[in-house]
Amino acid sequence: MSVKVMIPTPLRAYAGKRDSAEFSAATVGEALSGLTSQFAELRKHLYTEDGKLRAFVNVYLNDEDIRYLAKENTPTKDGDTISIIPSIAGGSFAR
Amino acid sequence: MSEVLEVGISAELAQKIREHGVETYPYECCGALLGRDLGLTENAVADKKSHSVSREVLSLFPLVNRRDDSPRNRFSVTADDVRDAEKTASAQGLEVIGWYHSHPDHPARPSDYDRDHAWPWYSYIIVSVHTGVPQDMTSWRLKDDRSGFLEEKIAPMKVSAAN
Repeated sequence: MSVKVMIPTPLRAYAGKRDSAEFSAATVGEALSGLTSQFAELRKHLYTEDGKLRAFVNVYLNDEDIRYLAKENTPTKDGDTISIIPSIAGGSFAR
Repeated sequence: MSEVLEVGISAELAQKIREHGVETYPYECCGALLGRDLGLTENAVADKKSHSVSREVLSLFPLVNRRDDSPRNRFSVTADDVRDAEKTASAQGLEVIGWYHSHPDHPARPSDYDRDHAWPWYSYIIVSVHTGVPQDMTSWRLKDDRSGFLEEKIAPMKVSAAN
Protein backbone atom coordinates (compact mmCIF):
# COMPACT_ATOMS: atom_id res chain seq x y z
CA MET A 1 0.00 0.00 0.00
CA SER A 2 1.18 3.48 -0.79
CA VAL A 3 1.35 6.28 1.74
CA LYS A 4 2.27 9.84 0.84
CA VAL A 5 4.54 11.83 3.17
CA MET A 6 4.38 15.59 2.75
CA ILE A 7 7.80 17.15 3.27
CA PRO A 8 7.70 20.57 4.98
CA THR A 9 9.40 23.44 3.14
CA PRO A 10 12.36 23.82 5.57
CA LEU A 11 13.34 20.18 5.06
CA ARG A 12 12.98 19.94 1.28
CA ALA A 13 16.63 20.82 0.79
CA TYR A 14 17.45 17.46 2.39
CA ALA A 15 14.97 15.57 0.22
CA GLY A 16 16.08 16.50 -3.28
CA LYS A 17 13.79 19.57 -3.15
CA ARG A 18 10.74 17.30 -3.26
CA ASP A 19 7.54 18.35 -1.54
CA SER A 20 6.33 14.78 -1.03
CA ALA A 21 7.39 11.19 -1.35
CA GLU A 22 5.45 7.93 -1.43
CA PHE A 23 6.29 4.80 0.47
CA SER A 24 4.90 1.35 0.84
CA ALA A 25 4.20 1.19 4.57
CA ALA A 26 1.83 -0.52 7.00
CA THR A 27 2.37 2.00 9.81
CA VAL A 28 3.28 5.67 10.20
CA GLY A 29 6.64 4.57 11.65
CA GLU A 30 7.39 2.50 8.55
CA ALA A 31 6.59 5.43 6.28
CA LEU A 32 8.84 7.76 8.29
CA SER A 33 11.53 5.10 8.28
CA GLY A 34 11.23 4.94 4.49
CA LEU A 35 11.55 8.70 4.34
CA THR A 36 14.65 8.90 6.50
CA SER A 37 16.24 5.90 4.75
CA GLN A 38 15.79 7.52 1.36
CA PHE A 39 16.80 10.94 2.61
CA ALA A 40 19.24 10.28 5.43
CA GLU A 41 20.03 13.96 5.98
CA LEU A 42 16.45 14.50 7.14
CA ARG A 43 16.77 12.17 10.06
CA LYS A 44 18.55 14.45 12.52
CA HIS A 45 15.93 17.15 12.08
CA LEU A 46 13.09 14.74 12.90
CA TYR A 47 14.65 12.42 15.47
CA THR A 48 16.89 12.83 18.51
CA GLU A 49 20.16 10.91 18.71
CA ASP A 50 18.43 8.16 20.68
CA GLY A 51 15.91 7.66 17.91
CA LYS A 52 12.86 9.41 19.35
CA LEU A 53 10.80 11.90 17.39
CA ARG A 54 11.85 15.37 18.50
CA ALA A 55 9.34 16.86 20.92
CA PHE A 56 8.58 19.79 18.63
CA VAL A 57 7.98 17.59 15.60
CA ASN A 58 4.30 16.72 15.16
CA VAL A 59 3.17 14.00 12.80
CA TYR A 60 -0.34 13.84 11.41
CA LEU A 61 -1.99 10.93 9.65
CA ASN A 62 -4.43 12.71 7.36
CA ASP A 63 -5.69 15.30 9.92
CA GLU A 64 -5.11 13.31 13.11
CA ASP A 65 -2.14 13.87 15.40
CA ILE A 66 -0.56 10.42 15.79
CA ARG A 67 0.01 11.14 19.52
CA TYR A 68 -3.74 10.59 19.92
CA LEU A 69 -3.72 7.46 17.77
CA ALA A 70 -1.11 4.73 18.21
CA LYS A 71 1.86 7.06 17.70
CA GLU A 72 4.36 5.57 15.25
CA ASN A 73 2.56 2.23 15.37
CA THR A 74 -0.56 3.83 13.89
CA PRO A 75 -1.64 1.65 10.97
CA THR A 76 -1.85 3.23 7.54
CA LYS A 77 -3.99 2.37 4.55
CA ASP A 78 -3.56 2.94 0.86
CA GLY A 79 -3.89 6.60 -0.07
CA ASP A 80 -3.20 8.02 3.40
CA THR A 81 -1.23 11.23 3.73
CA ILE A 82 1.27 11.93 6.49
CA SER A 83 2.14 15.53 7.34
CA ILE A 84 5.03 16.75 9.48
CA ILE A 85 4.34 20.03 11.27
CA PRO A 86 6.71 21.67 13.75
CA SER A 87 5.64 23.37 16.94
CA ILE A 88 7.78 26.47 17.22
CA ALA A 89 9.52 26.99 20.53
CA GLY A 90 12.42 28.87 21.95
CA GLY A 91 13.55 31.00 24.81
CA SER A 92 16.24 33.18 26.18
CA PHE A 93 18.08 31.07 28.73
CA ALA A 94 18.07 27.73 30.49
CA ARG A 95 15.71 27.24 33.40
CA MET B 1 32.34 29.52 -1.65
CA SER B 2 31.52 32.02 1.03
CA GLU B 3 27.87 32.52 1.64
CA VAL B 4 26.12 35.59 2.99
CA LEU B 5 22.76 34.96 4.56
CA GLU B 6 20.39 37.85 4.32
CA VAL B 7 16.80 38.62 5.22
CA GLY B 8 15.13 41.80 4.02
CA ILE B 9 12.54 43.55 6.17
CA SER B 10 11.04 47.03 6.07
CA ALA B 11 11.61 49.47 8.94
CA GLU B 12 7.84 49.39 9.50
CA LEU B 13 7.66 45.62 10.01
CA ALA B 14 10.85 45.59 12.11
CA GLN B 15 9.22 48.23 14.31
CA LYS B 16 6.10 46.06 14.65
CA ILE B 17 8.25 43.21 15.96
CA ARG B 18 9.86 45.56 18.49
CA GLU B 19 6.44 46.87 19.54
CA HIS B 20 5.16 43.31 20.01
CA GLY B 21 8.15 42.62 22.27
CA VAL B 22 7.39 45.74 24.31
CA GLU B 23 3.70 44.91 24.51
CA THR B 24 4.29 41.45 25.97
CA TYR B 25 7.27 42.43 28.19
CA PRO B 26 8.32 40.95 30.60
CA TYR B 27 7.03 37.93 28.74
CA GLU B 28 8.26 36.67 25.40
CA CYS B 29 6.39 37.55 22.23
CA CYS B 30 6.36 35.39 19.14
CA GLY B 31 5.03 35.35 15.61
CA ALA B 32 5.55 34.14 12.07
CA LEU B 33 7.50 35.87 9.32
CA LEU B 34 5.57 35.69 6.05
CA GLY B 35 7.40 36.42 2.86
CA ARG B 36 9.30 35.02 -0.06
CA ASP B 37 12.47 33.03 -0.27
CA LEU B 38 14.33 34.17 -3.36
CA GLY B 39 16.87 31.38 -3.22
CA LEU B 40 20.51 31.65 -4.12
CA THR B 41 21.23 34.86 -6.00
CA GLU B 42 24.51 35.97 -7.48
CA ASN B 43 26.04 38.69 -5.39
CA ALA B 44 26.95 41.59 -7.61
CA VAL B 45 29.68 42.86 -5.34
CA ALA B 46 33.41 42.57 -5.98
CA ASP B 47 33.87 39.02 -4.74
CA LYS B 48 32.21 36.98 -7.46
CA LYS B 49 32.59 33.83 -5.41
CA SER B 50 30.26 35.05 -2.71
CA HIS B 51 26.53 34.65 -2.93
CA SER B 52 23.57 36.02 -1.03
CA VAL B 53 20.76 33.79 0.03
CA SER B 54 18.08 36.42 -0.14
CA ARG B 55 14.62 36.34 1.29
CA GLU B 56 12.21 39.03 2.25
CA VAL B 57 9.67 39.43 5.02
CA LEU B 58 6.51 41.01 3.63
CA SER B 59 4.01 40.46 6.42
CA LEU B 60 3.85 39.36 10.04
CA PHE B 61 1.52 36.94 11.76
CA PRO B 62 1.69 37.69 15.51
CA LEU B 63 0.93 34.70 17.70
CA VAL B 64 0.02 34.08 21.30
CA ASN B 65 2.74 32.60 23.47
CA ARG B 66 1.21 29.31 24.61
CA ARG B 67 3.68 28.83 27.45
CA ASP B 68 1.85 30.02 30.54
CA ASP B 69 4.18 28.13 32.90
CA SER B 70 7.32 30.08 32.02
CA PRO B 71 6.49 32.89 29.61
CA ARG B 72 9.40 35.11 30.68
CA ASN B 73 11.98 32.82 29.14
CA ARG B 74 10.07 30.46 26.91
CA PHE B 75 7.71 30.70 24.00
CA SER B 76 5.74 28.02 22.30
CA VAL B 77 3.61 28.00 19.18
CA THR B 78 1.40 24.98 18.61
CA ALA B 79 1.22 22.96 15.41
CA ASP B 80 -2.28 24.41 14.88
CA ASP B 81 -0.79 27.92 15.08
CA VAL B 82 1.83 26.88 12.54
CA ARG B 83 -0.89 25.60 10.22
CA ASP B 84 -2.84 28.86 10.67
CA ALA B 85 0.30 30.84 9.83
CA GLU B 86 0.87 28.70 6.72
CA LYS B 87 -2.74 29.16 5.59
CA THR B 88 -2.54 32.93 6.14
CA ALA B 89 0.72 33.09 4.20
CA SER B 90 -0.69 31.01 1.37
CA ALA B 91 -3.78 33.25 1.13
CA GLN B 92 -1.41 36.20 0.60
CA GLY B 93 0.67 34.34 -1.99
CA LEU B 94 3.50 34.09 0.53
CA GLU B 95 5.08 31.38 2.66
CA VAL B 96 6.23 31.13 6.25
CA ILE B 97 9.95 31.88 5.96
CA GLY B 98 10.65 32.06 9.67
CA TRP B 99 9.68 33.11 13.15
CA TYR B 100 10.35 35.95 15.52
CA HIS B 101 10.45 36.10 19.28
CA SER B 102 11.73 38.38 22.01
CA HIS B 103 14.32 37.83 24.72
CA PRO B 104 13.17 39.93 27.68
CA ASP B 105 16.22 41.28 29.58
CA HIS B 106 18.56 39.01 27.65
CA PRO B 107 20.74 39.48 24.57
CA ALA B 108 19.39 38.90 21.08
CA ARG B 109 21.35 35.70 20.69
CA PRO B 110 19.89 32.21 20.28
CA SER B 111 20.04 29.95 23.31
CA ASP B 112 20.73 26.21 23.40
CA TYR B 113 16.99 25.81 23.91
CA ASP B 114 16.38 27.75 20.70
CA ARG B 115 18.79 25.44 18.88
CA ASP B 116 17.15 22.28 20.19
CA HIS B 117 13.78 23.45 18.88
CA ALA B 118 14.77 24.81 15.49
CA TRP B 119 14.81 23.62 11.93
CA PRO B 120 17.22 24.79 9.27
CA TRP B 121 16.04 27.07 6.45
CA TYR B 122 13.75 29.13 8.69
CA SER B 123 14.92 32.63 9.66
CA TYR B 124 14.71 33.19 13.40
CA ILE B 125 14.55 36.88 14.28
CA ILE B 126 15.21 37.71 17.92
CA VAL B 127 14.64 41.11 19.50
CA SER B 128 16.13 41.90 22.86
CA VAL B 129 13.88 43.94 25.18
CA HIS B 130 15.61 45.40 28.25
CA THR B 131 13.48 46.85 31.03
CA GLY B 132 10.67 47.25 28.52
CA VAL B 133 12.78 49.01 25.90
CA PRO B 134 13.63 47.26 22.60
CA GLN B 135 17.34 46.88 21.90
CA ASP B 136 19.17 44.78 19.33
CA MET B 137 17.43 42.79 16.64
CA THR B 138 19.26 39.86 15.06
CA SER B 139 18.38 37.02 12.71
CA TRP B 140 19.70 33.46 12.66
CA ARG B 141 19.52 30.23 10.73
CA LEU B 142 20.22 26.78 12.12
CA LYS B 143 23.27 25.05 10.65
CA ASP B 144 22.64 21.89 8.63
CA ASP B 145 24.33 19.76 11.30
CA ARG B 146 22.30 21.39 14.14
CA SER B 147 25.54 22.38 15.91
CA GLY B 148 24.57 26.04 16.18
CA PHE B 149 23.20 29.04 14.33
CA LEU B 150 24.62 31.22 11.58
CA GLU B 151 23.78 34.89 11.94
CA GLU B 152 22.15 36.38 8.89
CA LYS B 153 22.21 40.00 7.89
CA ILE B 154 19.01 41.99 8.35
CA ALA B 155 18.75 44.16 5.25
CA PRO B 156 16.43 47.17 5.40
CA MET B 157 13.80 47.21 2.66
CA LYS B 158 11.92 50.30 1.61
CA VAL B 159 8.60 48.79 0.68
CA SER B 160 6.50 46.22 2.42
CA ALA B 161 3.40 44.48 1.18
CA ALA B 162 0.09 45.23 2.82
CA ASN B 163 0.01 43.77 6.29
